[in-house]
Amino acid sequence: MERVLSAAAVCLLTMGLVSQGVTAGPVTPAEVKISDGEIKTSLTGSAGSAVKGREWFKNRKLGNCLACHVNSELKEEQFHGEVGPALDGVAERWNEAQLRAIVVNSKIIFGEETMMPAFYRDGGFTRPLKKFKGKTILSAEQIEDIVAYLRTLKE
Amino acid sequence: MGTRVISSTAAKLAAAAGLAAVAAYATVALAGPNDNELAVDGQKYMTEVPGAKDGPLEKVYSGWRFRNEATQAMQLDDFDNPGFTNVETGEQLWSTVDGEAGKSCESCHGDAAESMKGVRAQMPKWNEAAGKPLTLEHTINNCRTQNMKAAPWKWESNEMLSMTAFIGLQSRGMPVNVKTDGPMKAWHDKGKEIYYARVGQLDMSCSGCHEENYGKMIRADHLSQGQINGFPTYRSKWQKLGSIHRRFKGCMKNIRATPFKVGGDEFTALELYVASRGQGLSIETPAVRN
Ligand code: HEC
Ligand code: HEC
Repeated sequence: MERVLSAAAVCLLTMGLVSQGVTAGPVTPAEVKISDGEIKTSLTGSAGSAVKGREWFKNRKLGNCLACHVNSELKEEQFHGEVGPALDGVAERWNEAQLRAIVVNSKIIFGEETMMPAFYRDGGFTRPLKKFKGKTILSAEQIEDIVAYLRTLKE
Repeated sequence: MGTRVISSTAAKLAAAAGLAAVAAYATVALAGPNDNELAVDGQKYMTEVPGAKDGPLEKVYSGWRFRNEATQAMQLDDFDNPGFTNVETGEQLWSTVDGEAGKSCESCHGDAAESMKGVRAQMPKWNEAAGKPLTLEHTINNCRTQNMKAAPWKWESNEMLSMTAFIGLQSRGMPVNVKTDGPMKAWHDKGKEIYYARVGQLDMSCSGCHEENYGKMIRADHLSQGQINGFPTYRSKWQKLGSIHRRFKGCMKNIRATPFKVGGDEFTALELYVASRGQGLSIETPAVRN
């Protein structure tokens, strides 16, 4: 009996859920803790995958980050937008907690006026299309994956 | 006949050059409109005018200036401009009797080249009987229901697009000249409010793209000032003409916002305000965009 329990505990540990309690899923947008322009802990409790993050980053229906940002690491993609700054070397300008805050809600760092959407906010929008109402643009997992990917963008 | 062949060959050459320009887009940053001049059959069009003194834009540019040369070329010669199929249909509809009153547009308005000259440039225009500004589409449907006793056309129908293209053509080359004072003021201000309001899950406003970032690439699209002097416009993406309100609707959906009603007060107000931002630009109806 003891053996079974501890195996379950190990499993929880590896899933990174222990610190948040067994039933807690990812942190909801309302629960996200922001201090001094930083979100220090992972939204899912575990580290994201940079490989997946790269996919979400370029996917037009998900991050669509290339709509506004040049990113030389994605040279094979044809069109890079110019609305925001180039993201080359971005990991050297911002730490992980800041990058997470930028992607979760760019307004925290850049102010209300920024063009960059908040990717992990689920309310406060005016006239959202019905199918996006109450939803975030990206899931907590996708945010963590993108943060992991951004961390690889060093000059 | 000879000139027809020469000019369409020229357009094709320009189109080939334009394709080369497209390939370069990904690497070459385009910081603004290109410098090409728009002239059709020797008539020059104003694609660049100084902005109003108290207005938000220092310079006002037609969307034509932001298109690549392949797309631009299609508007340089009416034989290459796909919008002219609708113009021809519109010309036929102009003199086609319809409705219980047994009348056509021509019965009341005669030669469109005279009676419809300048109409597009002043739309939307205050209508005393309606107590509000009416767009060209509203005005056409008013004539159909009230004067012809005919059924109104659907906003995005082939008939409506053909008629707005044909009527719009009679103002081609004339400067946009909408009224924004008197009873129009409240509508202008309402349109302005909509223009600057952030909407949708992406939380953006018209001004975010078309005022603050025109000239820049947003992925594969070269952002223009979002002017409406060329409508209805042939869009290769649509493979047909589209109305101003269809374009507004598309831009709103792109930012995941619920669009206002096509033909409704909000879009009419927005149309008036956007038209006023383009005062002085030449009407290009039917323009070609991508
Ligand atoms: C509609 C435009 C837009 C989109 C889409 C967008 N951004 Fe941004 N981004 C901006 C702008 C503009 C800035 C600069 C901050 C400012 O001036 O408001 C910025 C800044 C940033 C920065 C800081 C860059 C630096 O060097 O300081 C990061 C990191 C970033 N964005 C990541 C992303 C990621 C990741 C995505 C997609 C998940 C994304 N952005 C999508 C417009 C956008
Ligand atoms: C996320 C960016 C974005 C936003 C926000 C946006 N648009 Fe657009 N709009 C575009 C793009 C891209 C095009 C196609 C290229 C161009 O002409 O700028 C376009 C085209 C247009 C055109 C056609 C211009 C022409 O020359 O044919 C009009 C008109 C227009 N937009 C109006 C609006 C209005 C009004 C709003 C607000 C309700 C709006 N747009 C919001 C991106 C945007």
